[in-house]
Amino acid sequence: MNLRERQVVIGGIFVLITLIFIGRLIQMQLYSSEWKEYAARLTEETEQLEPARGLMLDRNGQILLNNMAGYDIWFTPRKCRTAGGLDTMAFAEILRMTPAELEREFRRAEAYASYRPSIIRKQIPAEHFARIAGELYRFPGAEARRRTIRTNPTGLASHLVGEYREVDQNDMASNSRYRLGDYKGKSGLELQWDQALHGKRGIRHHIVDIRNDYRAPAQEGLLDTLPTPGQDIQLTLDLDLQAYGENIMANKRGAIVAIEPSTGEVLAMVSAPSYATDLLTGRERGSNYDSLLNHPSKPLFNRTLRATYRPGSIFKMIQGLIALDRGVIRPSSRIYCDRNIIGCHGGHTLDNLEEAIVHSCNPYFHEVMKRMIQDGSSGNIFRDAHNNLGAWSESIRAFGMGTNLGGHFPALRSGTVPDTTDYDRMYGRKRWAYSTIYSISIGEGELLTTPIHMANLAAVLANRGHYVTPHVIQHIGDLGKPEEMNQRFDTGIDPIHFETVIRAMAQVVTAEDGTGSRAQVPGFDVCGKTGTVQNSQGNHSVFIAFAPKNNPQIALSVYVENAGSGGDWAAPIASLMIERYLNGTVEQREKEDRILQATYPFPESPL
Amino acid sequence: MRRTAPIIQRIDWLTVAIVVILMAIGLFNVASATAGADAVDWFDWGSKQGKQFMWVALAMILAGLILVIEGEFFIRTAAIYYFVNLLLLVAVLAVGRTIGGAKSWFSFGSIGIQPSEFAKTGTALMLAWLLSRNNERISNRNNLVKAILIVAIPAGLILLQPDAGTVLVFGGMILVFYREGLSGNVLIAVFCALLIAIATILTGASLFEYPAIGSASAVGILWFILAVLGTFIWSMIPQWVLPRKRKRVRRAVVFSFIAGLVMSAALHTGLEEVLKPHQKDRIHVLFGIDVGNPDADYNIRHAKAAVSSGSWTGKGYLQGPMTAYGFVPEQETDFIFCTIGEEWGFVGTVFTLLLYTLLMLRILHLAERQRSDFTRIFAYAAASVLFMHYLINIGMVLGLAPVIGIPLPFISAGGSSMLGFTLLIFILLRLDAERFTVLR
Repeated sequence: MNLRERQVVIGGIFVLITLIFIGRLIQMQLYSSEWKEYAARLTEETEQLEPARGLMLDRNGQILLNNMAGYDIWFTPRKCRTAGGLDTMAFAEILRMTPAELEREFRRAEAYASYRPSIIRKQIPAEHFARIAGELYRFPGAEARRRTIRTNPTGLASHLVGEYREVDQNDMASNSRYRLGDYKGKSGLELQWDQALHGKRGIRHHIVDIRNDYRAPAQEGLLDTLPTPGQDIQLTLDLDLQAYGENIMANKRGAIVAIEPSTGEVLAMVSAPSYATDLLTGRERGSNYDSLLNHPSKPLFNRTLRATYRPGSIFKMIQGLIALDRGVIRPSSRIYCDRNIIGCHGGHTLDNLEEAIVHSCNPYFHEVMKRMIQDGSSGNIFRDAHNNLGAWSESIRAFGMGTNLGGHFPALRSGTVPDTTDYDRMYGRKRWAYSTIYSISIGEGELLTTPIHMANLAAVLANRGHYVTPHVIQHIGDLGKPEEMNQRFDTGIDPIHFETVIRAMAQVVTAEDGTGSRAQVPGFDVCGKTGTVQNSQGNHSVFIAFAPKNNPQIALSVYVENAGSGGDWAAPIASLMIERYLNGTVEQREKEDRILQATYPFPESPL
Repeated sequence: MRRTAPIIQRIDWLTVAIVVILMAIGLFNVASATAGADAVDWFDWGSKQGKQFMWVALAMILAGLILVIEGEFFIRTAAIYYFVNLLLLVAVLAVGRTIGGAKSWFSFGSIGIQPSEFAKTGTALMLAWLLSRNNERISNRNNLVKAILIVAIPAGLILLQPDAGTVLVFGGMILVFYREGLSGNVLIAVFCALLIAIATILTGASLFEYPAIGSASAVGILWFILAVLGTFIWSMIPQWVLPRKRKRVRRAVVFSFIAGLVMSAALHTGLEEVLKPHQKDRIHVLFGIDVGNPDADYNIRHAKAAVSSGSWTGKGYLQGPMTAYGFVPEQETDFIFCTIGEEWGFVGTVFTLLLYTLLMLRILHLAERQRSDFTRIFAYAAASVLFMHYLINIGMVLGLAPVIGIPLPFISAGGSSMLGFTLLIFILLRLDAERFTVLR
């Protein structure tokens, strides 16, 4: 090769290298997205904009759950280090932490990421923050970010409202929406309506520098979205009645559930003892939670929905109604009070239905149920029981017993209405007859209900044969009440039969010797029925009632654990609740004082 | 063209234009890289881009001065210039200032001068002077040794600083030797050596289970393959080669085999024993070998991300977040191409690459139109130096070459390289302008 021609080889090498470079640039700049995505990860950061969480109001617009301004303190270890560290003692002091706690938070932040901020102190209320805001600059790496603190200023209805708190590992694993430090509803309405209350997050895209500080909006802010605030939820609760109920139930264990019969709207749900919601939302949650959890009266236990009791005498009214409906008795049918079969009390001997309810006659209802279960149709008492119990259970369930009442309370326990299969399992197929199971005829035995089931029963009686699914939601945002909240359930029993029972209930309250005379409310016809639930630690005092008799505005159940007979304690409490709701005030001072001073079952360490 | 036409009409304006455009690209991008997130202050003479402005102005003055000096002056003073450079290279080892681990700077207040940037021109002049004397052909072994020494002495001094990048640039002089008559096999040999080097690095980094001695570096497998290959070629010589040439070819095969083995062994040892851990990591990172240190390829990851994020037309001048917010290291000097890539995109990068290619090819063209051997050899040396800077710097930014700090000619911030390259190009232009008037 002529030496002069070697310029082609050398020039060729130059061109070849340029072509290789251009090929590489085509791959890097035009074709592959790998490095572009890496660049975006390095230079862009999205900031989640939390929407304001929806408030909760009562039926009159009074605020139950509110948001309060607060601040979290975030800390970036690397920034602190490059700036030469900080005075831990002074920092701990303004944050109101011990130096040891602060050191632990520093270590945790370091372990998470030294160049990213993490929260070292949560939920500083606005008034505390105002005092320390001016000091914060002295501590490099620290910054304050606004957040809202959920608060229940009245401290009422804590069981119903539920908990709103920081997500844990499980939440983050099950839903990618949640990031460390996010909050969510964990129980009660806060959980059930979490999405509606939460609203929609906004996103702001930032360009960050090598230290991960926000420097400029990314994409000129075109991809940014504003947060959509959560929807306010109006409840059917009457906060005044709720507050009154919680007040008179102080120092007692038990529950009150009050329902507006015509609509199924729950007016009050008192579970005693109660606690202040805010105990479980703030920084002290951990220790508060432990002491509440370990308290002997189980304040965290929502008795209105989850405590199951045997219905006792109150159940006799249902027995009477379905017996009338099936024609096994007429209102005038009299049955001999045979105390050899089953014990009874009082001085009656041959009651009709109305009297039997007033006297709570056990043999009467033993006989009534016997006629339904052991009707002799098959000529075998075992087969009779086996054939007839199913239909009987169905009739009981039509009153809401043993059902979820339409399903608007996820925490609700359905209770138990025993069925053929249940007894088959317990005793063996056709190994049981009415004589085996007769205790359910007077509301004992395997029957179990909750306070809300019993309040709903009061509503069924008030409505003369139907109920609307009990619910607490009045409005969600401006969408109004969800349609399914108006669902109506019918017992299928002729309303005419109810009049007999209701007359009896009026008698219970108004009769001179009526067991429920303490339930009287001056100026109103109260219908009620006492119950005394057998319990080894002292019987539970139970009362259900509705008023006024002819235009019922309120139906309720009252449970006071270990307090004795239904007429002594539950009935006067029902009276006070009815008076408070219908009159707005309570004139029966004596009655009120007697209840307020009572502590059941025994004095305990205060909450 | 008249032989007596003024110099202004005889210089190659195309080359001047390319250089000026490159300098302008440099100024704008250095300004962007320097300003970061702030607005560019064009009149802040203390900033890096202000200094760069000053260096460009000085380079223009220097270019003007060179153009009015007779070409003969450079030829006659080539040896002096070369030896002064050698002295400076020795002096810098004694009194130089260490920046970035290399003792390669004379510092005068805030200004540093890097003698190695000027030594390239000196070496080119000296090489041209030696090889252009009557009948001093490089095919003569004596002359080859002299030529190699001329390159090796400054390269050796620079290696002591140590500045591996600049040493590699001197290695580029092999293109000059090739053009002046060194066997073409040399280029093939360089290519083969590169292949063996890459294979050594790749195999050297992986462990292999040997039944007898347990686990060891797999580089032995490479040597085994070399031996098999050598034996195969040796055995095929009777079939492939004419009888009278067989003896020479056999010698070449034996020599190549031994050289390959020795080089591989030396490189392997060097990699394991001589290089500092971070240098070894840089080489391993280049080949995608996991070095167990996420920070080892931090620079190059960010550089690649910056270039890549430019896409077709870039983020716009002064709009690149990686440039503005400090993600790219050394971004106004060795990694300036990242700024071009991020802010000007594919259009900008390819434009820059094409400018360099055009410049190098133009210099080859100038070289070949000379009657003077001196000018031709000097031109080839200049093209080789430019090429090596181009190859190493852009190869590094694109992740095709290991991270070796070396400036991008006329674009990277820095006075020494700016003045050094100006010297190189404008001496060539002055010599070229005299190609009709002076007969050498």
